[in-house]
Amino acid sequence: MILLWLILIPFIGGLLAWQGERWVGRGFPRWVALATMLLSLGISVWLWCVGDFSLQSVGGMPHWTVEYQVPWIPRFGISLHLAMDGLGLLMVVLTNFLGVVAVTCSWREIERNVGFFHLNLLWNLGGVVGIFLAIDLFLFFFFWEMMLVPMYFLIALWGHNAPGGKGRVYAANKFFIFTQASGLVMLLAILGLVVVHYQQTGVITFDYMDLLKTQMAPQVEMLLMLGFFVAFAVKMPTVPLHSWLPDAHSQAPTAGSVDLAGILLKTAAYGVLRFGLPIFPNASAQFAPVAMWLGVAGILYGAFMCFSQTDIKRLIAYSSVSHMGFVLIGLYAGTPQALQGVVVQMIAHGLSAGALFVLCGEIYERLHTRDMRQMGGLWSRFPYLPPIAMFFAMAALGMPGLGNFVGEFLILVGSWSVAPLITVLAASGLVLSAVYSLILVQRAFHGPSPKDAEPLKDLGKRELCMMGVLMVLLLALGLYPQTVLDTSASAMDQVHSIYSAAQALAGEAP
Amino acid sequence: MNLGSAHLTALTPMLLVSATIVIVMLAIAFKRRHRGNATLAVFGLNLALLTSLGMLYIGHEAITVTPLFVVDGYALFYTALILVATLATATLSYAYLEGFKGEREEMYLLLCLSALGGVTLACAQHFASLFIGLELLSVPLYAMIAYPVKSRRPLEGGLKYLVLSAVASAFMLFGIALMYSQVGSLLFLDVGAYFAGSASPIAVVGGAMLLIGLAFKLSLVPFHMWTPDVYEGAPAPVANYLATASKVAVFAVLTRYFVEAGGYYQISLVKVLSWLAFLSIILGNVLAVRQNNVKRMLAYSSIAHFGYCMVALIAGGPLAVEAVGAYLLTYVVTSLGTFGVVTLTSSPMGERDADAIYDYRGLFWRRPYLASILTAMLLSLAGIPLTAGFIGKFYAITAGVDAHLWWLLGALVVGSAIGLYYYLRLMVSLFLRDPSNRQFNAPLDWAQRTGGIMTLLAMLLMLAIGIYPQPFIHLLQLASLTLPG
Repeated sequence: MILLWLILIPFIGGLLAWQGERWVGRGFPRWVALATMLLSLGISVWLWCVGDFSLQSVGGMPHWTVEYQVPWIPRFGISLHLAMDGLGLLMVVLTNFLGVVAVTCSWREIERNVGFFHLNLLWNLGGVVGIFLAIDLFLFFFFWEMMLVPMYFLIALWGHNAPGGKGRVYAANKFFIFTQASGLVMLLAILGLVVVHYQQTGVITFDYMDLLKTQMAPQVEMLLMLGFFVAFAVKMPTVPLHSWLPDAHSQAPTAGSVDLAGILLKTAAYGVLRFGLPIFPNASAQFAPVAMWLGVAGILYGAFMCFSQTDIKRLIAYSSVSHMGFVLIGLYAGTPQALQGVVVQMIAHGLSAGALFVLCGEIYERLHTRDMRQMGGLWSRFPYLPPIAMFFAMAALGMPGLGNFVGEFLILVGSWSVAPLITVLAASGLVLSAVYSLILVQRAFHGPSPKDAEPLKDLGKRELCMMGVLMVLLLALGLYPQTVLDTSASAMDQVHSIYSAAQALAGEAP
Repeated sequence: MNLGSAHLTALTPMLLVSATIVIVMLAIAFKRRHRGNATLAVFGLNLALLTSLGMLYIGHEAITVTPLFVVDGYALFYTALILVATLATATLSYAYLEGFKGEREEMYLLLCLSALGGVTLACAQHFASLFIGLELLSVPLYAMIAYPVKSRRPLEGGLKYLVLSAVASAFMLFGIALMYSQVGSLLFLDVGAYFAGSASPIAVVGGAMLLIGLAFKLSLVPFHMWTPDVYEGAPAPVANYLATASKVAVFAVLTRYFVEAGGYYQISLVKVLSWLAFLSIILGNVLAVRQNNVKRMLAYSSIAHFGYCMVALIAGGPLAVEAVGAYLLTYVVTSLGTFGVVTLTSSPMGERDADAIYDYRGLFWRRPYLASILTAMLLSLAGIPLTAGFIGKFYAITAGVDAHLWWLLGALVVGSAIGLYYYLRLMVSLFLRDPSNRQFNAPLDWAQRTGGIMTLLAMLLMLAIGIYPQPFIHLLQLASLTLPG
């Protein structure tokens, strides 16, 4: 029941915020949204403290710490089946935490239709939490598609019309059509899987635990796996299918960007971990080289694209493409270290990219531009903002001691035994990321400031507080990742135990 | 064959609609009162709706009334669906016609007549009742489309529909005659038994001609040319009726024909039909993208939607009838809401309906509830989860996957992606600030409010189907047809 509340609280909070604006006032939705997200965060952290996430899986079946199930559409064996293990928990905590950040950072940015904005923001977060908790494939797809709508509105209605871009409505449409169409392909694959299972057992069900055991002919398995992969590859985003991301980021409001980079991209990696690898282990193992090369392409392409960007948000967007390339490699390498690295990398990237987008928003609020050619010399005009931005840029380039380093290091160590060449190429991405991060810092903050430059208003208490927490968390993740690793260990073991058997069959296991 | 009381009881919904027609006609002759006549018609239709729903829930067993009609769960379900659409049209017409300068009362008479045709089609199990039902459905529509008889475009639309519809009827009649020449019976079951064996080419040609006639009514590509013009010309409530009740009735009889009269045995025709579905999905969506007129856009989108629905029908198998029912149910509920909003923002006093996309610019800031309803309905048309449209699409895809119709499903995915584009275009314009601050508002009064309540109900129903579909699935299972053999 507590899991259902984790999903319902944001939805109810959103409705309250929307209607409350009319009756109470403009400030009301912000406080409601903040309270809602803090409550959700509190519940999820409480679950972390009291729950035992070290239970080992038995025979490849995951072991849920908390579970909740009621029938929903018995006609098709669909139930409202929610469950949480270590992986789900970490993702939910990340989502709710970044939800708090997203609400806080839009405190002054959003002036129009505050209530409706928070409705969309909270519904989007609620939908994402639903993705991380749903264990019924129909329910998973339901949330997967549903949370696109509020995101669409966030971009289309509160976005910026960045100069040179094609406008926020264009970006929002592109985002929606890319993700929705790929989602439909996944729906086809889900239904295909259900039909195959039905033909074997005579039971129609969408339940993960039942479908996990489905035996498929190799060809069928490959087709269905590709159906899932297309949806995940678009969301991740993987290189040929990434073009919606920079557009969406450059036009989205700050909270939307935090949401997109920090949380939405993680749903794809989560989907591969939860569904792609365990349900289709053999096809995944065969497909692994292709996926890993796509990951390398993403790392290098994203990094090179960063150099040519002048829009600071587009630069960070492309750096996300690059970082998610590491995640893709780690996922398909499938060793315990690599999978654990993926989890850490997802969290670390969520925090660091989220923070960078918040800072971009702060800069935009003050300078009214995101063009780096017009910045320069900001170091002398702010006391706090540039060093903080520098900190997160360092995190993004993988400075040891910060979370991203742990993630990337574990991924590379884990992948070495599976695919040395790919690992070497991926490691070169670390160098490139150092270069573009420094270029970002150099172009935006150093150099001479314009002649008539006035000192700018620095970060307020609210923003400093938010940044402080983010920095502490990244440091904690970098210096003592064991807490996170322990939580996700058994979930990753389950994935590994299924996947490694298939890798052995495909003849490329270490 | 004697008509016993059991037969008459089974026919209650049909008899109630007929009685309503007579009473409304007499009431108009006695005294013209817009409100009174509308109330009478709505009352009678409601009564018919309640009896049909009641009979469906009780689990009425199938009764054959004369060789022409069969009253089973399937017939009752579609009767109810058609009556719901008719009732919504009546409510909307009331809001729409309040400001109309001319005779307003006959609209309800025509509407009830046409509904009777639809109910006949839902019960038809004989080619004679099929044809009678189809004509009874269409003939009042000519007058309804051209109802604002002094304006040019409705008149043009009505005339176009009249001519093309007559051609389609001729095709169909000839097809029926060809089949009769081979089978020697007009009963669906006899025709089905004939096609189950080896059929002569003449009978297959007859089947093809029948399909042409029905495809015209469903406006499947390439028989779709009339649709955008007629939708654009017709008053908004009538366009609503055309898109929902009239198409649902035709699809209901088409499905029954397929299941009982051996449509599935004519393999070559099923193949042709899947091409029609493919073309309808792709062309309907592609052409809709270019439209700046909301009614034309909805016309093209309805072409595409019936393409999706055809996928479920072509799939065959145990799920087909249920999937078609689910698709039509969700489509009707969604369309009622969409056209409802279009009607409520229009008014016949102006020279045209509010049908250009820029009429809807910034609607959210002027009429927040209407705009919210339209947003939800457009999302449902696009098939986003949480809305009814998703359940319909889910059913269609499930049926398609079950029958391995991969290339049709591919078209469905591509078509949905294109469809998103134009639904989103309309949707986002609802929220954009209108720079010219132009007002295109019908006055708010009681008539508008009943229409508003109707669209609100449609939205609630739509969300209910989307969130908790199980009760509706139960209803669909009561309305199943069993495949012979």
